[in-house]
Amino acid sequence: MTDTATAGRERAPASLFGRIGAQNISLLIALAVLVAIFGALRPDVFFTPRNLINIGLAVTILGILAMAQTVVIVSGGLDISVGSIVGLSTMVLAVAAQETGSIPAGILAGLLAGLVAGVVNGLIIVYGPVNAVIATLGTMSAFRGLAYLMNNGNSIPITGDSLRTLGIGTLFGLPFAIWLLIAAMAAFIVFTRETVVGRNIYALGGNPTVARLAGIPIRRYQISIYAMSGFAAAVAGLVLASRTMSGQPASGSQGLELEAITAAILGGCALQGGKGTIVGAMLGVLIIGVLNNGMILTSVPTFYQLLAKGALLILAVIVQERQRARSGE
Amino acid sequence: MTVPVVSVEGVSKRFGAVQALRDVSVAFNAGEITALIGENGAGKSTLMRVLEGEHRPDAGRVLVDGQPVQLSSPRAAHGSGIRVIHQEPEIIPELTVAENIFIGDIKARGGLFLDRADLERRSLELLGTFGVIDVLSPGQRCHGLSPALRQLIEIMRALRPGARLLAFDEPTSSLTEDEAQRLFRVIRRLKADGVAVIYISHRLREIIELADRCVVMRDGSRVADEPIAALDEQRMVRLMVGRPVSDLFNRRERVLGAVRLALEGVSTRRVEGISFEVRAGEIVGLGGLVGAGRTEVARAIVGLDPLLSGRMTAGGRPYGPREPADAVAEGIGLVPEDRKQEALLLMQAVRDNVSLVVPDKVSRYGFFSRRRERALVARHVAELRVKTPSIEQAVGKLSGGNQQKVVFARWQARGPAVLILDEPTRGIDVGAKAEIYRLIESLADQGLAILLISSEMPELLGLADRVLVMQNGCISGELPWQEASEEAVLALAMRSGKETIERRVS
Repeated sequence: MTDTATAGRERAPASLFGRIGAQNISLLIALAVLVAIFGALRPDVFFTPRNLINIGLAVTILGILAMAQTVVIVSGGLDISVGSIVGLSTMVLAVAAQETGSIPAGILAGLLAGLVAGVVNGLIIVYGPVNAVIATLGTMSAFRGLAYLMNNGNSIPITGDSLRTLGIGTLFGLPFAIWLLIAAMAAFIVFTRETVVGRNIYALGGNPTVARLAGIPIRRYQISIYAMSGFAAAVAGLVLASRTMSGQPASGSQGLELEAITAAILGGCALQGGKGTIVGAMLGVLIIGVLNNGMILTSVPTFYQLLAKGALLILAVIVQERQRARSGE
Repeated sequence: MTVPVVSVEGVSKRFGAVQALRDVSVAFNAGEITALIGENGAGKSTLMRVLEGEHRPDAGRVLVDGQPVQLSSPRAAHGSGIRVIHQEPEIIPELTVAENIFIGDIKARGGLFLDRADLERRSLELLGTFGVIDVLSPGQRCHGLSPALRQLIEIMRALRPGARLLAFDEPTSSLTEDEAQRLFRVIRRLKADGVAVIYISHRLREIIELADRCVVMRDGSRVADEPIAALDEQRMVRLMVGRPVSDLFNRRERVLGAVRLALEGVSTRRVEGISFEVRAGEIVGLGGLVGAGRTEVARAIVGLDPLLSGRMTAGGRPYGPREPADAVAEGIGLVPEDRKQEALLLMQAVRDNVSLVVPDKVSRYGFFSRRRERALVARHVAELRVKTPSIEQAVGKLSGGNQQKVVFARWQARGPAVLILDEPTRGIDVGAKAEIYRLIESLADQGLAILLISSEMPELLGLADRVLVMQNGCISGELPWQEASEEAVLALAMRSGKETIERRVS
């Protein structure tokens, strides 16, 4: 113990348990329990490839949002406007596609809309300055309002084969959307673990004063992080639009922020910032996905589903806080 | 001989490696104003915290009216009639004057509703007693009151029935001369009413004017307890210092290079007209009392506080940082005062903490090269002899001295031109201190320009080539090391404010 560290040969614990981490182990156990319960209740349907792909599709949108939310929470912030940005971006996509007659132009416009919405969040938070929860609570309502305004509250159908292909096409038997999720996951994992910017975001969330004094331009970081979150929401919106072939101001995107935040916290994000992993968040996403799917298969009424999801978020935070108290931080 | 209201006998208190109080015995008598003086860290505040019931002494006892008492909680101390008025009054701005005075003791009608009439009557009585009835009204909200009036409210709150001993912790630090005089009148009235008063201040002239008796503390011990008539300012300073400069330092002439950092008439919201320069290979000390504006000078240099006027140059070029990032880019590093809150990510590994300021040296195209990172960190960690089981160890688990070495290793890795050290040995044990001193000296020998802020006199005098002394946000004097003695520094730090105030006005 008292030896001078002379080299960087030492590595993190090499055991399998150590690598995966206690938090992720308990998430895996929770996931296994859920699978076992719903598998036992509906053995005829649950394990069919079709249902498993359904779960995969259902978690694509949530997965993208949850990973982006993880980065936001790690930086010490929160973005509760993401659900509204998803809706807004599908509307922009639909309108732009309609006006220009070009699906790629529509997609570009939709993604741009998400990026701009995220930058707006970042600017309000940094230069207001407004507390992130309040700022994005406000824009959650504002962006939703904007989405309704675009077609008087109605959805807009989109016609175009390229978008349809994106929605229903497959590669090696897996839908495009699931490949997109896998690619996004790889990118997020590399970003958070192997890049300087990723590490600096952990520093920023861990202690903004330390980060600032170490020369990290924290305002630029914060704006970029919310821009990234908005852009990710627009990517999720693209997936939604390709599946429904329409711009939807609210349907399909309402309540996504709740699920994304729940997944991130289930996955080990500390709301105080500085802590959280992409893998953990994705395990949280799978738990929510299986729970949603299982509740539909077992015909749990929608109202109870909402109740269960709300309870899950609060439960996740309670578990987090208990752990924090125990580790004495 | 009357029994003292409150007395402490043989009280000792230790925090980790620091002996904060050492066998201290003092008696506080009714109707007497006892001044308590000493350098920063001499143990005055710890003694107050013992009386307040915040700290329990490791040894010794506290007596009230000659009877030993257990001051196990602030509530118990309050019940014994002991009240401490802190430097920063705790006033709730949205409540009224009356509510703030009687908070925690507000009578309710029917057990639920505020008894405003009773509250008003009781506060009017108090306001009358203090002769401030024309300045404060019971129903007025405290929002926007001057520091002096806020303090007065705090005093009135402390005076609620049963106050026997009232301690003032540097009450005049934010008061104007007139306000201070009003406070003195209040204190004299308390004395006449038979309350025992403790008065802590760095302003020696005030003490001579006000106190009956003076207790001097140094290094946790009571070194003098004399009637005020037997003391003068010079003797007080000598008693507070009294310690030989330890032989922890290698004093030698340093070879000075070019000017690395220069400030010309720099003013921020907290400091005024600061001018000095630091050369390569030079250690410039910045002394003065806590709150004199030393840390604020550092904040201005690294771009945390915007300049209102004046200019700076770094390496001979104009330098106007808007963010600490600009300072880092210019090769100016800060080792901040509060290691745990401002310097280190306690939960993160030593590796992350060191490589935080050198992303360019440990990455390619924004991606970490772990091999390069580990090699770089391991080299600096070994060079500074940081005791850690591995560079993957969480920094929070290291000792204070080793944590500080990690902060130094971080800047070593960056290789800055200027290093600002704010209280670099705070909370570090003696052995590690000596190592930090060696390190600071060797950094200067390597040609770094060092600005050393310190409240520890031996450190300041032993390391610095010259010492700038601050008072009230201004530099009140400069001493080359040959002339810098503790007395000389303290005299400049505490010089009865006139000159500096005049300079601020002009």
